[in-house]
Amino acid sequence: MKNPKILILRAAGTNCELETAGAFRAVGGAPELVHIAEIKASKKKLMDYAVLAIPGGFSYGDDVGAGKVLANQIRHTLTDLRQFVRLGRPVIGICNGFQALVKAGILPHSNACDQSASFTFNDSGKFEARWTHLRLNTQSSCLFFKGLPEMIELPIAHGEGKLVLKSPRQLEDLKKNKSIALQYVTEDGKLMGYPHNPNGSIFNIAGLTNPEGNVLGLMPHPERFVEIHQHPNWTRQTYRKQAVGLEMFKNAVTHAS
Amino acid sequence: MSAPAAAPAAFGILDKSPKELRALGDARHLSLNDAEWAAVQAHFKGLKREPTLAEVETIAQTWSEHCKHKTFTSPIRLTEGKKTRVIKNLFEETIVAATAAVKKSWCLSVFEDNAGVVAFGKKWALAFKAETHNHPSALEPYGGAETGVGGVVRDVLGCGLGAKPVLNTDVFCFGRPDYAGPLPEGAHHPSRTLRGVVAGVRDYGNRMGIPTAGGGIWFDDDYRLNPLVFVGTVGIMPQWAVAKDVKSGDLIVAVGGRTGRDGLHGATFSSANLGADAPSSAVQIGHAINEKRVLDALLRARDKKLYRSVTDCGAGGFSSAVGELGASCGARVRLEAAPLKAADLSGWEIWLSESQERMVLAVPPKNLKALEAVFAAEGCELAVIGEFTNTGRLEVTHRDESVVGLDMKFLHKGLPRVERAATWSAPASSKASGGAEKKAPLVLREMVAHLNVCSREWVIRQYDHEVQGGTVIKPLQGVRHDGPGDACVIWPHAATGDMKDYAGFSVAHGLNPDYGRLDPYWMALACVDEALRNLTCVGADPARAALLDNFCWASPEDPRQLGALVRAAEGCRDAGKGYGAPFISGKDSLYNQSKDEKGRELPIPGTLLISALAPVPDARKAVSMDFKGPGDALYLIGRTNDELGGSLYHRLLGRAGGEVPKANPPCALDGFKSLHAAINRGLVLAAHDLSEGGLAVAAAEMGFSGEFGARLDLDELARDPRIYSNETLLFSESPSRILIEVKPEHESAFLRHFGKGAKAACVRRVGQTTANPILKVVGLDGSTVLEESLKELKEAWQKTLPAVLR
Repeated sequence: MKNPKILILRAAGTNCELETAGAFRAVGGAPELVHIAEIKASKKKLMDYAVLAIPGGFSYGDDVGAGKVLANQIRHTLTDLRQFVRLGRPVIGICNGFQALVKAGILPHSNACDQSASFTFNDSGKFEARWTHLRLNTQSSCLFFKGLPEMIELPIAHGEGKLVLKSPRQLEDLKKNKSIALQYVTEDGKLMGYPHNPNGSIFNIAGLTNPEGNVLGLMPHPERFVEIHQHPNWTRQTYRKQAVGLEMFKNAVTHAS
Repeated sequence: MSAPAAAPAAFGILDKSPKELRALGDARHLSLNDAEWAAVQAHFKGLKREPTLAEVETIAQTWSEHCKHKTFTSPIRLTEGKKTRVIKNLFEETIVAATAAVKKSWCLSVFEDNAGVVAFGKKWALAFKAETHNHPSALEPYGGAETGVGGVVRDVLGCGLGAKPVLNTDVFCFGRPDYAGPLPEGAHHPSRTLRGVVAGVRDYGNRMGIPTAGGGIWFDDDYRLNPLVFVGTVGIMPQWAVAKDVKSGDLIVAVGGRTGRDGLHGATFSSANLGADAPSSAVQIGHAINEKRVLDALLRARDKKLYRSVTDCGAGGFSSAVGELGASCGARVRLEAAPLKAADLSGWEIWLSESQERMVLAVPPKNLKALEAVFAAEGCELAVIGEFTNTGRLEVTHRDESVVGLDMKFLHKGLPRVERAATWSAPASSKASGGAEKKAPLVLREMVAHLNVCSREWVIRQYDHEVQGGTVIKPLQGVRHDGPGDACVIWPHAATGDMKDYAGFSVAHGLNPDYGRLDPYWMALACVDEALRNLTCVGADPARAALLDNFCWASPEDPRQLGALVRAAEGCRDAGKGYGAPFISGKDSLYNQSKDEKGRELPIPGTLLISALAPVPDARKAVSMDFKGPGDALYLIGRTNDELGGSLYHRLLGRAGGEVPKANPPCALDGFKSLHAAINRGLVLAAHDLSEGGLAVAAAEMGFSGEFGARLDLDELARDPRIYSNETLLFSESPSRILIEVKPEHESAFLRHFGKGAKAACVRRVGQTTANPILKVVGLDGSTVLEESLKELKEAWQKTLPAVLR
């Protein structure tokens, strides 16, 4: 399929949809901004699209918890999302989109779509925007990571990014089925506390995938690193890096093509 | 909350004495003076009827200092020594005159709309506006700051047919957060004000998805009762959307939030001295997601060309929005059609409420259905509340009862102009006095840790400064992303879809009330100079800068305050002309004074904020301020004079007086233009402006941000030959100076951009970068004046704000 159709899901308070659409467009996707009300009114159908992206923002103001209202809408409106995932179509939830995927029970994966994790306020008690070093799980089958180096950098910007799990056993399960997609690390790859782990997330988790690797949820913003001039150090002579965010979108589009 | 009494049919003023009218006005926070009351009385005597409460309120709102800027537009009799002259209209004779004199074809709309508009390439335009929200932020810091941001964002949304906000900038003036002195009853501690204001700006901007990537904070205890909160927004729009128009027969459509009892009397309250009796209902409650809904729906409707004009409901609510849109034709409004938060609102309350997130559109009737569909899709409320007419009258009814029936001409042109007295006397002596000498290393350590210099990371990290993906030069710069950038550079095309277009823009500010304490005229030049050199440092074109003026002053009824204000405005005029930079919009906030704990009036220092916007022709050529490597040449442009008046050095030493920094615009602009050309050729590795703390602080900041050292030789500085003091050379705040890092192989090409003779005289090689992160300065006599660890300086620089806010 040439120029696969990408559904960029919007709701009141979504605010990263344009740059997310821009990133998909830059790698040959055909993004379309779709308000969740249009799906509810059956004007648009999820299954008509090859890729689903839930961008960042403050859906419904994050009142009653980050992404919670959107998650409920996803459960009740995007009823074919499980089918979409089962068919292996790529799904990416970024920041608020990740929070919604977790609260809608899509990540961590469970057959019944039960919510088994959540997000709470950053340990620092503040909204924070900063660039983070991240380690990709090279063992995971996450389709978005194909060809990427193990160590990457992406910016985060959130106030409720601390991932919490239901039980310690769950962490072991996530490790076992290679669902931990991304971790906050130091520049040389070590797991450390604040500010390297910007929010206090358990086991420094920055992103999750499903065992099949077609769903990715992450707090960092790949759509803010699709051009090397978006990196904070591009003005320094020593800076030589690829815009890894763009690669993630490219992998999704390639997979869907 | 003030008692929501039902509007009486008539509000008796015809037989009242001036004293009675004043008392009537005070009780309702109307802020009308005697002459204005007399004009209102005469108008209604002519009509042979009493006004309604809503009419008097509408007139008071429309004529308020906040809306009409009457100090700036009324005659002023200025006495300077033995000379007296009359300024007919300060605004026209200074700000407007400068813009008219420089005649820039890229100015698309100036002083007319809710924001100033300049061309950005052939297809796009940028709308730029800065507002103040001082009084509300003093009363309720979080709500005041939040609604300040919401308001200026709506200014940009309501500019032309609507611009998409792409940058927020915020500048604050507070008392010191560790202020330990007494405060009057009811005043917030500066630390609480700071936290609340930062949280308000953060929550509103972040939720709306607008990067807050520029700004500054100035601490001075004279702001402890009257904090200043400047909020600015830049929006991008296609050039076809710059012009707006209203035709009679167009529907008046209100969109966005509902109307409630919140925010009554905002405009009149902000036009009076702040006191303990300030009405709590004057500060509104913000809801960023409602405004985001309006933004999303409005821009979609704009692109379908469904409306002819738009404006925001700011101060005065519907009364000012409808009054402005219909000023040249007339309008009829039915208030019962407005969606309400509470059913029992009376007519005048609906008409004057300043509830947030509301805008008013002029819509051709045939487009209404399509418009309704767009707004419904975004879950955004819409109501037709009337229509524009050709009667030249403002007619407002509420359930068949007349609420307002006013002549537009009287409303907009009937304000009596009262001449005010102003005095100005130059400081008697320019000699500095008091304060004992301190060693340079100690001074530098104190300077980097000073509240007005120290790291703002605690604040900046709380703002989502990279949403929309366009922040290519970030507010925090350097190896560890924590150095103090001069300005941000925004590449708006990450979110417009034109990703092949690398044009960007930058916004920078200039503010220094300490110079104004000595001479507001030179403060104004220094502010413009600072904003332009910050822009130049990051790669913006200094010859294409557009300016906003924001005056915050104490009561203009005090002739000395007004005299200082005139001086500052005349400084703006000469700066605009001298730097070839037009003013495109502005704002003034007066009456920034309150009674302290002993009942004495505490005025703020006269404060001017200059905000400048300029294009960065290719954002990929932008420059950051951190040293990039060892062994590079360091050049300083600009001449160093003995200008320590109002400097941080004097403040630290407790010294008064001295020569205030005096900018020389043509010479400064030459240097900026040359540097810009060199940056465009890729010949500059780093550039950083010299401001508070002078050369020493700038070099230290560049060093610790890049983690390389520097060796400077003071004898190499272009300088006034009468200077024999190393401290003067290190800490003088002479304007127009920028420290630049250049690769040795690029030095000759770099210098060629500065030409020959006098032009070249202002650029000197003053040292080089070193691998060892130490700042070493050799004095005039060849001895080492300073040899400081940059690591330690950085620690001191970073520690201050978190420590006082713990």
